[in-house]
Amino acid sequence: MIYFDKVSKTYQNDTKALDSVSFTIKPKEFVSIVGHSGAGKTTIIKMILGEEKPSNGAVYFESVNIGGLRKNEMTDYRRRVGTVFQDFRLLPNLTVYENIAFAMEACGRTDEEISADVPHVLGLVDLTKKMMNFPHQLSGGEKQRVAIARAIVNQPDIIIADEPTGNLDPVSTYDIIQILKKINDLGTTVILTTHNKGVVDSIGKRVITMEGGKIARDDKDGKFAI
Amino acid sequence: MLRTNIKRVFKSGFLNFWRNGSVSVTAVLIMTMALLVIGSLLLTQALLHSTLDQIKNKVDINVYLVTSAEEDEILALKKQIESQPEVSEVTYSSREQELADFKTRHENDELTLQALDEIGDNPLGASLEIKAKDPSQYEGISTFLENQKKENSESIIDKINYSRNKAAIAALTKIMDASRTLGLAVAIFFAVIAFLISFNTIRLTIYMAREEISVKRLVGASTRYIKGPFVVSGLMYGAVATLLALLLLLPITYWAGPHTLDLGTGVNLFSYYLSDILSIGGMMLISGLFIGALSSYWAVKKYLKI
Repeated sequence: MIYFDKVSKTYQNDTKALDSVSFTIKPKEFVSIVGHSGAGKTTIIKMILGEEKPSNGAVYFESVNIGGLRKNEMTDYRRRVGTVFQDFRLLPNLTVYENIAFAMEACGRTDEEISADVPHVLGLVDLTKKMMNFPHQLSGGEKQRVAIARAIVNQPDIIIADEPTGNLDPVSTYDIIQILKKINDLGTTVILTTHNKGVVDSIGKRVITMEGGKIARDDKDGKFAI
Repeated sequence: MLRTNIKRVFKSGFLNFWRNGSVSVTAVLIMTMALLVIGSLLLTQALLHSTLDQIKNKVDINVYLVTSAEEDEILALKKQIESQPEVSEVTYSSREQELADFKTRHENDELTLQALDEIGDNPLGASLEIKAKDPSQYEGISTFLENQKKENSESIIDKINYSRNKAAIAALTKIMDASRTLGLAVAIFFAVIAFLISFNTIRLTIYMAREEISVKRLVGASTRYIKGPFVVSGLMYGAVATLLALLLLLPITYWAGPHTLDLGTGVNLFSYYLSDILSIGGMMLISGLFIGALSSYWAVKKYLKI
């Protein structure tokens, strides 16, 4: 599904973020990417999202080179990828319902589909009662659940979660990981970056460990090992 | 789908405007100030033109005719002058009228009136008062009249007072042209400043929403779908600011109206504002919508690069 082919990335200030990185992520996999700050985790995520282009090599999504996508193709591609961020990135002036509806509207879904799917997905993350709240009226864990609901509402092929538990307490962290595992069990590929050893160990699935822009370990059913 | 998308863009724009309370209020207030400047410039231009027209109307050429000139000869000459393209109006004053005016002017001057009585007959000839469409055209009209006098030995023209007023008319023409140019330059200068201030305010509101724009991009929203609501909000800033500026101009012009009349502009600013409120409001609305929409469109573009 995702294929990194000898990808290197050097930023304008000569910082080498990735150094000839190659790996494949298969459909329905749950992959955790771990590593210290500056190890290259975020650069990998940005490349999958099309926010950054490789300096060398290529990143493929189902045999399509993401770096070569034109603007409108990129828009279509992003509709197939759900994203969850550490800082939630909800739209502050929209209610919980409207935040999720926005992602559906952006994909050209009809009003009928939106009014059917948004309550359903809010039920999955247990936020039905808060659908008319604004983001500032929610706790960190609730915000992250809204972000996950927004990411899954269009039934994407892949969910990318960049440090989704970084700002959360242990209980909320557990909830979020359980939701991500459930999403993966239902057949969606999940790519997770994290610093949290407990999270990685509790998932018990593939772990890619990054060090200095290179892959240090790639363990099937791995553990957090830095 | 297109209709649904347009509906969603407008709804989202209205929501942005309404829910971004303080940001919208700031943008609207600054645009209101900018539009007040534009509205004031429109009114100032109207006052300037009215004042210049008043002055222009006071300038004329007087052609004094010989006392022996017959009425039909005078009317023929009047018709000939009126046919000149530069001439806007010719007023005929008969010998009797000239005498009556002379007596009125010198009603406190016993000696002059006595001398006039002693002459017995009316010594004054009739006159034609000529107004040009533009003060710069008096020279041409004067030349035409001088030629008439020179070419025809039996011409009824006795004297033309242009040469006496030539320097004053030339100076006035220069002052009027300079006033118009300066007025326009000042208006353009302030309009550009007003535009830049509004533009930067809207850019600032969009800068504050840059994270929002990147999130919209990442959830797969198209460029048009992201830009649209911001442009709608920009249009709303313009429309609301125009309404506020028009309302604020009411008490301002009401207060200034009598003063502008006293200054000899010939215009009560309040009456002028009320009678031309549609055209003034229209121009302000177009400016407001243009500034609002264009600023938003450009400002969003910067954050859509990802």
